[in-house]
Amino acid sequence: MSAGTPRSLASSGQKSIQDICHPLSAEESALSRIPDVLNPGSAGERDLILPNGTPVDTSSPASSSSLLNRLQLDDDLDGETRDEQKYNITTEFDLPEYSVRRRYQDFDWLRNKLEESQPTHLIPTTRTEFDLPEYSVRRRYQDFDWLRNKLEESQPTHLIPPLPEKFVMKGVVDRFSEEFVETRRKALDKFLKRVADHPVLSFNEHFNAFLSAKDLNKRQGLALLTKMGESVKYVTGGYKVRARPVEFAAMGDYLDLFTQKLGTIDRIAQRIIKEQSEFLMELREYGPVYSSWSSFEEDLHDPLEGVSGCVSNCSSALEELTEDMSEDFLPVLREYVLYIESMKNVLKKRDQVQAEYETKLEAVVFREDKKTPVPSDVEKCQDRVECFNADLKADWDRWENNKRQDFRQLLTGMSNKNILYYEKCLAAWESLIPLLQDKQEAKGETN
Amino acid sequence: MEKKPPKKLQAKHKSPRSINFKVIKLCSNHSRNKLKPEALILAKSEEQLLSAYGKTNGCVLTRDAGLGIEYCDSLDQNLQMVEKGTSLLKKMEISVAEAEKRTGKNAVNMQETYTVYLIEMRPVDAASEGTNPVPDSLWRRYSEFELLRNYLLVTYPFLVVPPLPEKRAEFVWHKLSADNMDPDFVERRRVGLENFLLRVASHPDLSTDKIFYSFLTEENGWKETVFETGFQAKADSRLKALNATFRVKNPDKRFAEMKHYGDELQSVISQLLRVRARAADRLYGVYKVHGNYGRVFSEWSAIEKEMGDGLQSAGHHMDAYAASVDDILEEEEHYADQMKEYLFYADALRAVCRKHELTQYELEMAAQDLTSKKQQREELATGTIRTFSLKGVTSKLFGQETPEQREAKLKMLETQIEEGEELVKERNAECEEFVKSAWVDIERFKEQKDHDLREALISYAIMQISMCKKGIQVWNNAKECFSKM
Repeated sequence: MSAGTPRSLASSGQKSIQDICHPLSAEESALSRIPDVLNPGSAGERDLILPNGTPVDTSSPASSSSLLNRLQLDDDLDGETRDEQKYNITTEFDLPEYSVRRRYQDFDWLRNKLEESQPTHLIPTTRTEFDLPEYSVRRRYQDFDWLRNKLEESQPTHLIPPLPEKFVMKGVVDRFSEEFVETRRKALDKFLKRVADHPVLSFNEHFNAFLSAKDLNKRQGLALLTKMGESVKYVTGGYKVRARPVEFAAMGDYLDLFTQKLGTIDRIAQRIIKEQSEFLMELREYGPVYSSWSSFEEDLHDPLEGVSGCVSNCSSALEELTEDMSEDFLPVLREYVLYIESMKNVLKKRDQVQAEYETKLEAVVFREDKKTPVPSDVEKCQDRVECFNADLKADWDRWENNKRQDFRQLLTGMSNKNILYYEKCLAAWESLIPLLQDKQEAKGETN
Repeated sequence: MEKKPPKKLQAKHKSPRSINFKVIKLCSNHSRNKLKPEALILAKSEEQLLSAYGKTNGCVLTRDAGLGIEYCDSLDQNLQMVEKGTSLLKKMEISVAEAEKRTGKNAVNMQETYTVYLIEMRPVDAASEGTNPVPDSLWRRYSEFELLRNYLLVTYPFLVVPPLPEKRAEFVWHKLSADNMDPDFVERRRVGLENFLLRVASHPDLSTDKIFYSFLTEENGWKETVFETGFQAKADSRLKALNATFRVKNPDKRFAEMKHYGDELQSVISQLLRVRARAADRLYGVYKVHGNYGRVFSEWSAIEKEMGDGLQSAGHHMDAYAASVDDILEEEEHYADQMKEYLFYADALRAVCRKHELTQYELEMAAQDLTSKKQQREELATGTIRTFSLKGVTSKLFGQETPEQREAKLKMLETQIEEGEELVKERNAECEEFVKSAWVDIERFKEQKDHDLREALISYAIMQISMCKKGIQVWNNAKECFSKM
């Protein structure tokens, strides 16, 4: 068996959920080298068995996902031809490494098998199927919601990305309209990407279950909580933190101000969309005036018709601009506001943990019996505080980076949409000029 | 009274006509001495702009010391007017250079504030030689222009008399003042009045009118001269007749069509101006709200570290974007003014058609009268009563008249018929004359209208192109700043 050095899971980067490397699926680099069509070659190992010897059992969620925690794929680098390309699947956990060789068609077989046994919950999406070896599951919004709650429970010291808004007013928003579905899909996609991108969250078993299990057994949930999660879960409120470290105070302040600014930007964007829509209404009346004028002119007929057509083109361009802004810009802003809300909650929790520690410490400091060692639960508290702080700081830096990228992308996108709008209008008017001048030259010649 | 020094113009396309234009353009626009902050952005795209516009008539777009681009919408009209060269315009250049506020006592001895406009006349030769002698000039107020126009209307009923700019601001969108004293309104009116004078001066018939000439040259006593012509008497009777409803049996078909055209033109341009004003209002809103981005980006940048600079500079561009709408809409007002001129021209056209109907009607009345008189004579001569007349009835009731009475009546009728025939001939000739000259002028008007409106549409398209290019520029700048965030 060739053994490549196990590498950590590649980051999913900019791919959609369908492309995300599931622990069971091909590694990213391997994927890019998979040819589209492979000759079914000579016998490779056909029966798929789990490396540890147990047959694949897809009936219960616990078995497959909890055992196959981390898988990797290496390209076989022994210079085989493309057709014979085989991929090493390496699993690593507490047991010695297992490595099997699989060919493309084996992945295909696996995928087909999985598809057969996958649930057929309706997900409102219009994505097409992929031919890549990967897990394909169907999930509803409430499944995403479940996942998020589970992540929050099990990783309370981390910043969990937000979901798009849960409740939409019936009658106001058509929950089955293409636009709404698409907007939601994008947000859900982003959510999954962020989770998969997180060094800790991506290994969360709930996440694995979400990506692979036939049935999300939501009621029971998986029994394993992280050590931290369990302890934090039982921290009661009611303690007041005394010495909040400066950096966390600064985070809180920043989040407050930032939320304000985002709110303002949201209002401005909405107002612009409204004004543009009203302008559009006037344009839709303006263009036809030229048309009706042209109907009783002779020489001026064509120029007037031309202007009418131009105005109409500009109207369409404007309509597209406002739609794009509504669909792409506003939801992202709102999502960030939700994100920040959840972040503030994490900060609060951190405060709570610290407060508990401080209180317990205080009680101990004033203990009567100075000889007895510091009780272990106080030490545990201190532990908790320090871990929480560390997790949070790391996550904060990551969040800052993402935020910067996200907003750069968002605002650049807004600029692009506006540029596109003006370019369309420009093209329309520029093409009109020769039409307007046309008769003139003809006239000039006859003169 | 101070004269502002004339701005130096730089003609982009040098053509022999450009020299004539210098002065006219100068006077039309020298009060528009504004620096446009966005103009540098236009620099590169100007070439295209100029070449597109220049193609139409090789005419001049000027650049104000490289900082601003000014379109002269009426430029091309002026070109045409000068080209068609009435003898008046061949000798003199006319302009309405300035406007001033005055206070004085009006007819009922009350204090009032009004605006006067400075009319300047400059000999053509002097301008082309490059020297700049002090022009002849005088001040006139709007009411005097009105008086002039009324005189022309009455004196040349068969001509489509150029209209004056509107008396009160109409079709205003909210930022535009409806106040007659507002400086922007006054400025646009000044341009409109100059346009009116040039239109009259370039008309083959109107330009030779003595009253018009003295309007331009005699400050004092002009009003009296006008009244002395006695046109007001004619005006009153004409006005009464025009306002009365009458039915014409045989109007010239062409005039009927023209009248209908005038109606439709008036209606469609009104609608155009109304909707345009509403759209301008909305567009203003769109641009101005973007200014709020400027403020919030600035505030936001204060709480950011690396993102701060990019946000801050992007904010500036948003401010610039918001500010750019003022100039855009000011340019559009020119387009609106051009449309307005033809809105009012439509009215003048209808007036001519109506006057034709009037002359036709008078002819028909005279003819009808003559016919009835002839019939009366016949009846009297043959003794049969065909037409109902009070005399007939009374004579039946109270007995026939004596032969002497009948003779007398017949004689009277004969004279009346003679006079009637004269009248009919006169009126007929009048009618024919009217139709002939009016139709010539209507044809002239049609050509002018087609040309002018086409030009207006072209300059409108150019305006839109400029606006789009400005927009692309600003958003590209903002995008660059965002990318540096």
